[in-house]
Amino acid sequence: MNTFVNQFSTSSALSVIRKAQALVDDDEEFSDAAWGSEAGFGNLAKGVPSFSVPAVHDPTAFLRLHTDDHADPNCRIKIQHGTTTLAFRFQGGVIVAVDSRATAGSYIASGTVKKVIEINPYLLGTMAGGAADCQYWETYLGIQCRLHELRNRERISVAAASKYLSNLVYSYKGMGLSMGTMICGWDKTGPAVFYVDSDGTRLKGDLFSVGSGSTFAYGVLDQGYRWDLTDEEAQELGRRSIYAAGHRDAFSGNTCNLYHVKEDGWRFLGNYDITKMHYEGPGDVPGSAKTGYGYDVRVEGRVSSAAPAVAS
Amino acid sequence: MECSFALTGKDYVIVAADTTAARSIVKMKGDEDKIKTLGPHLLMAYSGEPGDTVQFAEYVERNIRLYQIRNLYPLRPASAASWIRRSLADSLRSRSPYSVNLLLGGYDTAAQTPSLYWIDYLGTIATVPFACHGYGSYFALSLLDRYHNPEGSLEEGLETLKRCIDEVAKRLVVSPGKYKVKVVDKDGIREIEL
Repeated sequence: MNTFVNQFSTSSALSVIRKAQALVDDDEEFSDAAWGSEAGFGNLAKGVPSFSVPAVHDPTAFLRLHTDDHADPNCRIKIQHGTTTLAFRFQGGVIVAVDSRATAGSYIASGTVKKVIEINPYLLGTMAGGAADCQYWETYLGIQCRLHELRNRERISVAAASKYLSNLVYSYKGMGLSMGTMICGWDKTGPAVFYVDSDGTRLKGDLFSVGSGSTFAYGVLDQGYRWDLTDEEAQELGRRSIYAAGHRDAFSGNTCNLYHVKEDGWRFLGNYDITKMHYEGPGDVPGSAKTGYGYDVRVEGRVSSAAPAVAS
Repeated sequence: MECSFALTGKDYVIVAADTTAARSIVKMKGDEDKIKTLGPHLLMAYSGEPGDTVQFAEYVERNIRLYQIRNLYPLRPASAASWIRRSLADSLRSRSPYSVNLLLGGYDTAAQTPSLYWIDYLGTIATVPFACHGYGSYFALSLLDRYHNPEGSLEEGLETLKRCIDEVAKRLVVSPGKYKVKVVDKDGIREIEL
């Protein structure tokens, strides 16, 4: 009976909330007033801020049906998947290298994508998987890192930042987020790299590569990796590994962006064209062999045959 | 593929888990510790859905620690196992269940008995002399039926564990390379290099 009265009363607390909700429901966004006092209820009117989800029975199933999760070429929404990103820790800091190709199915949507997100001067995040998911949540992570700094008068550690992100994506587990990211940086403990993905996995490590081209990158990276690499050698290894993936993986390519994180923060080293690296090498940069990385270029003039060359 | 083993012997429990963290066909990490120390005499090996495993293990770890802080003495293995099983069973009936399989090895200092519990993500619990999770169990269970000795010394126990690991390495197509081995007995917990 009590609930019945509440439902139709115009003066009870519930009905005030209901009215406030009706007011707020009209706008898509929260009005500025919602953050102050809206009929004395602040932003309670709409409850905790939340995302709009499709108005269907099961939003997760809906999303799965309309995205290319299961490699269905006829799906309506195509999510950017193909990528190669890598990051490794060594004596001289952290190297972060990524490609720049965005694909939607078999279509190359862009060749100039920034897959490294500069969270703050000491923290970098890489992007693989859903471009929007990565971009949005890593920017959001940046906001939280800055707030941490303001609240605690201290920079957030890489471990804490990555755990913040992993807890965040874990709370959305099973709802269709798709991201594979590396949170890299320098804190009190020195250089650090953490792998975080949308399953909620979070791993601390020295060397990671993520994306469809990661296997190709690992092939070069693992073989050339040592802890005591010099800065130049490490930068060259990052470039070469991304080249290898860009060459072999159809969904990676175009250019390579290279970053180096040291004690005084990250530095952007450059953008290298992968086709150019194939034929001519990365150009006049420290550590480069000054020849093309391509197999044919590298083995020019060498033959396996023991037969003497026939004079033409 | 994830593999974990555990076996009891004369006044000890050995818990072993592989150290690989894989995603798809790629081994992302080769030295991940998948055995949590829950107390002075309690070990838990966890495996299952990526993400869930660590979240659940840390949840258990902190709650067991909280009990110890509140009561000044740690939860005994039987009670800990019961609490953990109940957590999993409650989670199974929630909107987002944890898919985590566990091996819980402990030494009850009051009763002076080692105990081993096999727990799966459905909330099944079994008190067992030896246990495995993952594909390794298809090879190791029969082997342990044949070779396990409940009164074996620590050396003999480690020998038997070695048999399990070698058998899995020999017959399983995608066998993990390295294992982390921990022992719990009356003196507490220690890690052992095989």
